[in-house]
Amino acid sequence: MPRIPIAPQFTVEYLSILDADGRVDEALEPHFSPTDLKRLYRAMVLGRRLDERMLRLQRQGRIGTFAPIKGQEASQLGSAFCLHPTDWMVPSFRETAAMVWRGWPIEKLLLFFSGYLEGGQPAPDQRDLPITIPVATQLPHAVGLAYAAQYRADPAVVMVFFGDGATSEGDFHEALNVAGVWQVPIVFVCQNNQWAISVPLKKQTHSRTLAGKALAYGLPGIQVDGNDVLAVAAASREAVERARAGGGPTLIECVTYRLSVHTTADDPTRYRSAEELAAWERKDPLTRFTGYLRTRGLLDEGVEQEVDAEIGAAVERFEAVPPPDPLRMFDHAYGQPPPELQRQRDAMARWLRDGRPRPPVEGPPSPPMRGQRMPRQ
Amino acid sequence: MVKALNLALRQEMERDSDVLVIGEDVGIDGGVFRVTDGLHAAFGAKRVMDSPLAESAIIGVSIGMALYGLKPVCEIQFSGFAFQCFHQIENHAARYRMRSQGRFAVSMVIRMPYGGGVRALEHHSESEEQFYAHIPGLTMVIPSGPRTARALLVSALRHPDPVVFFEAKSLYHGGPEEVPDEIESLPLGRAQVLREGRALTLIAYGAMIRVVLEVADQLRAEDGVEAEVVDLLTLSPLDRATLATSVGKTGRAVVVHEAPKSFGPGAEIAASIMEGAFLALQAPIARVAGHDVPFVGFARERANLPDVARVLAAARQTLAF
Repeated sequence: MPRIPIAPQFTVEYLSILDADGRVDEALEPHFSPTDLKRLYRAMVLGRRLDERMLRLQRQGRIGTFAPIKGQEASQLGSAFCLHPTDWMVPSFRETAAMVWRGWPIEKLLLFFSGYLEGGQPAPDQRDLPITIPVATQLPHAVGLAYAAQYRADPAVVMVFFGDGATSEGDFHEALNVAGVWQVPIVFVCQNNQWAISVPLKKQTHSRTLAGKALAYGLPGIQVDGNDVLAVAAASREAVERARAGGGPTLIECVTYRLSVHTTADDPTRYRSAEELAAWERKDPLTRFTGYLRTRGLLDEGVEQEVDAEIGAAVERFEAVPPPDPLRMFDHAYGQPPPELQRQRDAMARWLRDGRPRPPVEGPPSPPMRGQRMPRQ
Repeated sequence: MVKALNLALRQEMERDSDVLVIGEDVGIDGGVFRVTDGLHAAFGAKRVMDSPLAESAIIGVSIGMALYGLKPVCEIQFSGFAFQCFHQIENHAARYRMRSQGRFAVSMVIRMPYGGGVRALEHHSESEEQFYAHIPGLTMVIPSGPRTARALLVSALRHPDPVVFFEAKSLYHGGPEEVPDEIESLPLGRAQVLREGRALTLIAYGAMIRVVLEVADQLRAEDGVEAEVVDLLTLSPLDRATLATSVGKTGRAVVVHEAPKSFGPGAEIAASIMEGAFLALQAPIARVAGHDVPFVGFARERANLPDVARVLAAARQTLAF
């Protein structure tokens, strides 16, 4: 019997439009309106400044542990930028800038990272899922949303975010496989930031690209310069339009870098070099986009002050939130609480009412995380 | 029971176009136990979907559909394979209402064949209901025959939260029962007293109901005592009131399940009786259960599963205490 090679009809393109100094490749330049470019810039600045502010709030013990996004503004905003409000966005846990873009109030995100479940509640008409923490497990949910939209003849597209580490999880493969078989309207956005906590990409996979994993599922895959917001937006627009037109799923790999810590409980100097960090700092997505806008005469003055004021006002609203009412923990476990749960609630209500010492709940303390020392009380 | 479950699915799918069926081999093949037989022909491939062989995707994708507002009914081919989607059930299906503070609910039914007695291989014979019963946010239902299966499945399909629905394999083609033409439902979270008695309470669910009914017959015939038989139907939330009332009257209880004894459902049932009927107790609450061993192989299965002889012995010991 012969051995016949089956040549896969597959190439992975790498797309980059802005160079490290913000010079544009005019042949590839996508045509977004000046208003859109300015909105995008503002969102990126806000993402960066909010990240810095949250880091300070965390160090001061005013919010708990969170996953900073510094360096990934372009990869998450260039993609989310292509969604309509009626589309669905499914985040993992490092999409703060994209979530703000999608309309999550900043104070809600601060509440979430302070241990209040209220912070994870999307608005009634908002087509966003809350943060998912177990890596890659949100991908099948996104596929289900996309199937449901298709089933109801709703033209919505679903965009789901995850990191490079997620591509090693079974749920990544199951989700891409099902999405391919069913040809649902979905865009898989992998923010390849090179590190899954302390594990570098080369220990995560032997594949040359993550975008190439799309081959196995019969999907188009593209790798983009994730620090180039124009490249991310151009690739995402193409993928979203394809999905909306019935062309099925796309995998986009945004090659980016986590300039900050994994979470505020992490110390990256233990596992990566200062040289590596410095090399990626030279490719900062914000610097590049700023250069591009300056050349085009679209750089607005005072954006930093504006977003700082917006963040400051949100922090004030967040800090004015009253201490948590313990009884609220019983509210949303079930649509209709079972009798035993009702008894447990009544017992707690009696306990609180009778003036017994309240359980130790306070404002926003840091929850203990792996590798984090707790201050003595 | 297969036909009764099929009827429930068919009638609910006719009534509500948001009800979808998804699982391995549930389409043209009609499921390995034929529970979804004919649904693919009747409702089409968009509503009755053969999924790829991927348990986590079946549950995860169904969660997404439910978040959108559809009502998926997933079939996991055997409960022994559900550990490949356990994280989707525990981390997400059970928690989405809480996590989103009521913005989203996951109204879905996760059907799984469970239990032994059918001479099957490993992963095809186990009883794992205790894992699901322990998870806040889930409802864990186990019918004991065709009529309860159909009525409970209808209720599960209309329930606003996720329901794990266990179907005893040994009942699929055993113990025929008439079911009415019109749709019938039973409240979730409510046990049924199948037989009234004053001497002791026999508590079971699923395939073990047949065993305890036979024990009750023998106690009446040979010992002249009337046993009360409680069919839990919903394991979680547990119908503690019915248990307390029954044992409050009889003062004695034997709990029977196939799942291993330690940390099994019997422990919670016994604790619940202690809380609700302590002063009425005349004897320690007995548990007859699977032994604390992994799957034993079907050649030794009969020695492991509770049977009439073991339950009868436990009942007599309890009565003589």
